[in-house]
Amino acid sequence: MEASPETKQPEKEVIGVFVCHCGTNIGGVVNCEKVAEIASQIPGVVVSKDLKYACSDLGQEEIRKAIKEKGLNRVVVASCSPRLHEYTFKNCVEGAGLNPYFMHMVNLREQCSWVHMKEPELATGKAANLVKMGIERSRLSTALSPREVTVEPSCLIIGGGIAGIQAALDIGDKGFKTYLVEKEPSIGGHMAQLDKTFPTGDCAICILAPKMVEVARNKNVEMLSYSEVVDIQGYVGNFTVKIRKKPRYVMEEKCVGCGVCAEKCPVKVPNEFDMGFGSRKAIYVPFPQAVPLKYTIDRENCLHFKTGKCQLCVKACVNEAIDHKQEPEEIELKVGTVIVATGFDVYTPTRKGVYRYWEYKNVITALELERLINAAGPTGGHLVRPSDGVEPQRIAFIQCVGSRNLKIANKYCSRVCCMYAMKNSQIIMEHSPDAEIAIYYNDIRAFGKGFEELYHRVREDYGIEFIRGRPAKLTKDPVTENITIRAEETLLAKITEREFDLVVLSVGLIPNPGTAPVQKMLSLPVSDDGFLAESHPKLRPVETAIEGVFICGCAQGPKDIPDSVAQAKAAASAASTLMIKGKHIVEPLYANVNEELCVGCGLCAELCPYHAIEIAEKDGQSKAVVTEALCHGCGTCAAGCPQHAINQLQFTDQQLMNELTAALAAKNSAGGE
Amino acid sequence: MTEMQFEPKIIAFCCNWCSYAGADLAGVSRFQYPPNVRIIRVMCSGRVDPSFVIEAFKQGADGVIVAGCHPNDCHYISGNQKAATRAEFLTSFLEEVGIDPSRFKLEWIAGSEGEKFASTVKRMVEEIKVLGPLGSEVL
Ligand SMILES: Cc1cc2nc3c(=O)[nH]c(=O)nc-3n(C[C@H](O)[C@H](O)[C@H](O)COP(=O)(O)OP(=O)(O)OC[C@H]3O[C@@H](n4cnc5c(N)ncnc54)[C@H](O)[C@@H]3O)c2cc1C
Ligand code: FES
Repeated sequence: MEASPETKQPEKEVIGVFVCHCGTNIGGVVNCEKVAEIASQIPGVVVSKDLKYACSDLGQEEIRKAIKEKGLNRVVVASCSPRLHEYTFKNCVEGAGLNPYFMHMVNLREQCSWVHMKEPELATGKAANLVKMGIERSRLSTALSPREVTVEPSCLIIGGGIAGIQAALDIGDKGFKTYLVEKEPSIGGHMAQLDKTFPTGDCAICILAPKMVEVARNKNVEMLSYSEVVDIQGYVGNFTVKIRKKPRYVMEEKCVGCGVCAEKCPVKVPNEFDMGFGSRKAIYVPFPQAVPLKYTIDRENCLHFKTGKCQLCVKACVNEAIDHKQEPEEIELKVGTVIVATGFDVYTPTRKGVYRYWEYKNVITALELERLINAAGPTGGHLVRPSDGVEPQRIAFIQCVGSRNLKIANKYCSRVCCMYAMKNSQIIMEHSPDAEIAIYYNDIRAFGKGFEELYHRVREDYGIEFIRGRPAKLTKDPVTENITIRAEETLLAKITEREFDLVVLSVGLIPNPGTAPVQKMLSLPVSDDGFLAESHPKLRPVETAIEGVFICGCAQGPKDIPDSVAQAKAAASAASTLMIKGKHIVEPLYANVNEELCVGCGLCAELCPYHAIEIAEKDGQSKAVVTEALCHGCGTCAAGCPQHAINQLQFTDQQLMNELTAALAAKNSAGGE
Repeated sequence: MTEMQFEPKIIAFCCNWCSYAGADLAGVSRFQYPPNVRIIRVMCSGRVDPSFVIEAFKQGADGVIVAGCHPNDCHYISGNQKAATRAEFLTSFLEEVGIDPSRFKLEWIAGSEGEKFASTVKRMVEEIKVLGPLGSEVL
């Protein structure tokens, strides 16, 4: 459908005014008959009536009848807030053959009768004035039609952690083409690094690996690992995406993942997947269950790249999969919907902080602990201290590191640290029943299903000690490298000093650095905490301010695996709804350029938060051109144009000024007409 | 008009997503405020051209409020930031032409802040009553 205002405008306004009593909601304060009577005097008004309930079938019938009988070309309904019933009355007038955009609503309930309940006379005067404002504005209404855009039946998912994987599975299973883009060599995200998962203690990789395999096998899912999104243009239903596949220097089609190359590779470097504790080769897979199971050469450390000499992997590979000359590859995709599932990163303790993470070897983070107790980790699941490789007996956890702390500006609770500290305490106790574990906490948050039960279990069955208090100072014994924690135990009202073999910092969750570029490309709003913002905290939890773009998992905020999966399923469902319909209706609120007035200065293009305006050459002159599908209808361009050459449909300068003039022309400013 | 009778005319431009919703909530919650205000609905506080505000004063408004979503909450990402920049300009402009800049206010009112909407209007009406009709400060 074409979206421009219709050329044929009715010559003269034939206006009908309907003043609703809303039972006694309006009628109990405002004298509706009088308001209708005053409105009937205004030029152009041919019908002015008060109705008991305008929104009822009877009321709507009355409006439709008047349109037909009197040939109304403007309808002003003075009733409740347009946020409530605008749609109802637009439908109503359309039923009588009038373009719905000729209906205008005036708010007499929420913004008049309900807020001036003790001043019926003034309220009546104000109501009459509000109706006049509506009439004057409606004179300039134009016939419009909502625009329909088609929605490409395909989805781009950015981030291959558990949230992205789950969303890809759900959308792929519904039959839509899905692209799953992951920047690392393997999908899996943080969950792949964890040992067991609270509250039930399932092994993380055991429940994750089958899903990783499933998503790789799904016919509708195209996995683009070791790839990054470099550009996204377009709008709901029609996004054009540029993806850069980084060179692995190993041909994916030829590599069978046998690992002979890595056996032969002479370069050993710390493995980032193991948080630097274990080592890997310069040609590697990050972990044995990696998907895709394809080797990657780390260019920075590869001897071939450093010296140009080494060819050991090339010689070892019987499939001739290694290609040191591989170049990055650019892929362009068209998708209808986008899901951002870029996850989180763990907070890194500050260099100068009291916990001495950078100084003391026996102070580690919780994610490092996950690798040290993991059967597939560098120590085979045998927990040892970094300083001497000895099994620690006395272990302390310090909670809320990087969370709930105003000083470092992370005010929020990371929502998983209480539970992962308990889970890991339990795992340690199962391995070494004689260990002594203390958890220094501020408040325990065990709010989820089965969480409180775990809290009780670790206290009562495993004897984990919970100490309320934030440690003030950590010191190291120069010989043993044991750590002494000095803290005020607030429940005992005592300052204590206790010695431990190992201290684990329960670090909080922060936005993944991979989120920011995607956030900028899509102009996604961010919440105060730095995570991506949903469009409504309760009712639109996975939608964003950008239509067709959805968020899930820790990209939206810290959360555990069950919540990440639930959100992923919600985002998949929301994206699928759009794709199943195949089209999307856009309200005609967009900006409109008057080319005669436009001088092509480009200020509007700069103001537009959606890159919807471009300056283009037209007959040798620069003019602003609006891509209507990209325009969200905020009107900030119209407010900024020095030439008044750009306007917003339904909210034109003239319409707003008509309203203003009618408001200020009222005789009595407290009341009205 | 004697001073006792002075009833200020106040125009409030409210963004659809937060402040207009906040005004609706004031109604739903029955928070009472004086009837001197006329709300003009815009989609975003970023839609309010400074010339609208100047025009309002020209046509006899005694006070003008521009109300939008709190910082970072704008439905259109950054419209309220633009409103804030324009408000700075307006404030100095009004000062220059001899209109008391406190006749103009930029307010952040969320959809959940019905109480704030009501109290903002109340306060504005009281303050302007003290200032007197527009023009009393122009010597
Ligand atoms: C120490 C620790 C222990 C935990 N223990 C538990 C537990 O026992 N039980 C539990 O329920 N939860 C636990 N959690 C929480 C759990 O890890 C998260 O809920 C889960 O990993 C969130 O998944 P996600 O997919 O949202 O994010 P991630 O796992 O962070 O995945 C995001 C993925 O997106 C990729 N990515 C980021 N940016 C881009 C980009 N621009 N382009 C392409 N790809 C990108 C990343 O590389 C990553 O693979 C724990 C967390 C920590 C830190
Ligand atoms: S939508 Fe409320 S200020 Fe922009």
